[in-house]
Amino acid sequence: MNSAATLAELAAGLAARDFSSVELTRFYLERIERLDATINSFITLTPARALEQAAQADQHRQSGNVAALSGLPIAFKDIFCTAGVRTSCGSRMLENFIAPYDATVVERLQQAGMVMLGKTNMDEFAMGSSCETSYFGAARNPWDQERVPGGSSGGSAAAIAAGFTPAALGTDTGGSIRQPAALCGISGLKPTYGRVSRFGMVAFASSLDQGGPMARTVDDLRLLFGAMAGFDPKDSTSVPTAQATGTEPSSDAPRSLTIGLPREYFAGLADPELAGLYQDARRALEQLGHRFIDVSLPHTDVAVPTYYVIASAEASTNLSRYDGVRYGHRCADPKDLTDLYERSRSEGFGSEVKRRILTGTYALSIGYFDAYYLKAQRVRRAIRDDFLRVFATVDALLTPTTPTTAFPLGQISDPVEMYQQDVFTVPASLAGIPALALPCGFKAGLPVSIQLMGPHFSDLQLLEVGSAYQTRTDWHRRVAPMPE
Amino acid sequence: MAGILSKERLCYCAAFAQFAMKIVRQDIEKLCSLARLALEENEQSQVRNDLERIIAMIDAIGSVATDDIEPLAHPLDATARLRADEVTEYVDRDTLQQSAPATRNGLYLVPRVID
Repeated sequence: MNSAATLAELAAGLAARDFSSVELTRFYLERIERLDATINSFITLTPARALEQAAQADQHRQSGNVAALSGLPIAFKDIFCTAGVRTSCGSRMLENFIAPYDATVVERLQQAGMVMLGKTNMDEFAMGSSCETSYFGAARNPWDQERVPGGSSGGSAAAIAAGFTPAALGTDTGGSIRQPAALCGISGLKPTYGRVSRFGMVAFASSLDQGGPMARTVDDLRLLFGAMAGFDPKDSTSVPTAQATGTEPSSDAPRSLTIGLPREYFAGLADPELAGLYQDARRALEQLGHRFIDVSLPHTDVAVPTYYVIASAEASTNLSRYDGVRYGHRCADPKDLTDLYERSRSEGFGSEVKRRILTGTYALSIGYFDAYYLKAQRVRRAIRDDFLRVFATVDALLTPTTPTTAFPLGQISDPVEMYQQDVFTVPASLAGIPALALPCGFKAGLPVSIQLMGPHFSDLQLLEVGSAYQTRTDWHRRVAPMPE
Repeated sequence: MAGILSKERLCYCAAFAQFAMKIVRQDIEKLCSLARLALEENEQSQVRNDLERIIAMIDAIGSVATDDIEPLAHPLDATARLRADEVTEYVDRDTLQQSAPATRNGLYLVPRVID
């Protein structure tokens, strides 16, 4: 069995009876147990449940009842609630939390017959861009184990790149699917806000959070997205399916699209090697019949500060639920209720989470609310309107996904410097538009990635463009140097 | 930071950096109290330093003219969906309380609030 196989290839292998789902699941579990001690991409492994689900999938196959994803393994970022299995969110606060229900996307993928291998490592409460803020220790990048896999869905990205699973789910609030996908050389989609249910996803910043698929190829993302997207009455921000049909590809013939190159994303690009790789990506897309024009998104430079006001404000509100009373960490021997709250929260949260809570508290407090939170919401509209304006003339946008390749563990200790990792990914989050990260080459042995963004609900069109791109390139088929 | 912000915005931030610093020095204890966080002595100065830098960074939003722009709370400008006022969920208290730190007779236990 090949640890770099795609979901589509493994589905073909299952259909041809080359191997069973139980054999496939054992293969990945054995590989994780042997090699994940250094990568640390999983927080919890669920071998018993996985083998049970695999056996069920094999049984269904025997009786001729087979869905496309049936019997294929997947890993869930440890932010998705899984009934009976710990959901830690990378935090001491939820170290012993067992959710009483499954997240909607977990339920949907399991109903489609997928096999859960385990729960992947992440920055604490999804706050980080390196996977170093995890209470369970940093995850490492399979391309260079002295470097970070990115974050916050770093465990999911590293697990795929290391050949521990063919697919995983991540969540993206300001780049947490796209940036780790970029740094680990895999593909990842942040869907349009509201298209994938947030029910059962531990909340960070509710107006930005969006779950999405991560895999080696865009074709695999498409398979997963098809099974997980769609209206969910349990999520009040879920978009009714009738409204979720935007720019969908209408025929099999690939359309010729006009793709914009926002000059603000390339202005500070000083590295000729990266510039060359982005040029190559553009050329490959031109060969597929797409046309490029220069465009401008003038508010790009204030996207990071706007994001850190809104995301921190929403986080400080969402995380007020961790009070040491109903679930989560509780301090020993509280002397009164205030002491219970303060010590439980201070012991349960790590330093990055505390920074965000305090930043958000500041932005929401009396005297600053108008100057920060309300102001940021106004700038957010200006940022979104930049996109709406250019999407009147272009079908999609091509940009770098990240400013740099994977950086060494421990290199970035200044939080403000770390926040700049998100410079190319937060604008799409603020605007709620879909964005796809694709491998486009290597620099000094480390993966480089491009990002395609499109109008609201153009997710399938982006996937179509990305899929065609991957017929012209083989960067997504490169395999990280892991022992077999 | 410097790599991405325009020159005008950098000037704006520099002018406000000192202002932001003063706010944080005065208010750090107040913020912790509002957020129900208790910082250790050795965390205090690091947190204060980080917050000063973060606030100086977010102050860049002040440079955008937004007089005619309405705040955007939801990226699709949507409002909360309403549903029929019917009971559809039933609380299974025993299951929900399995993750609680301390309960008795179905009640959550906390330190004495009223003497």
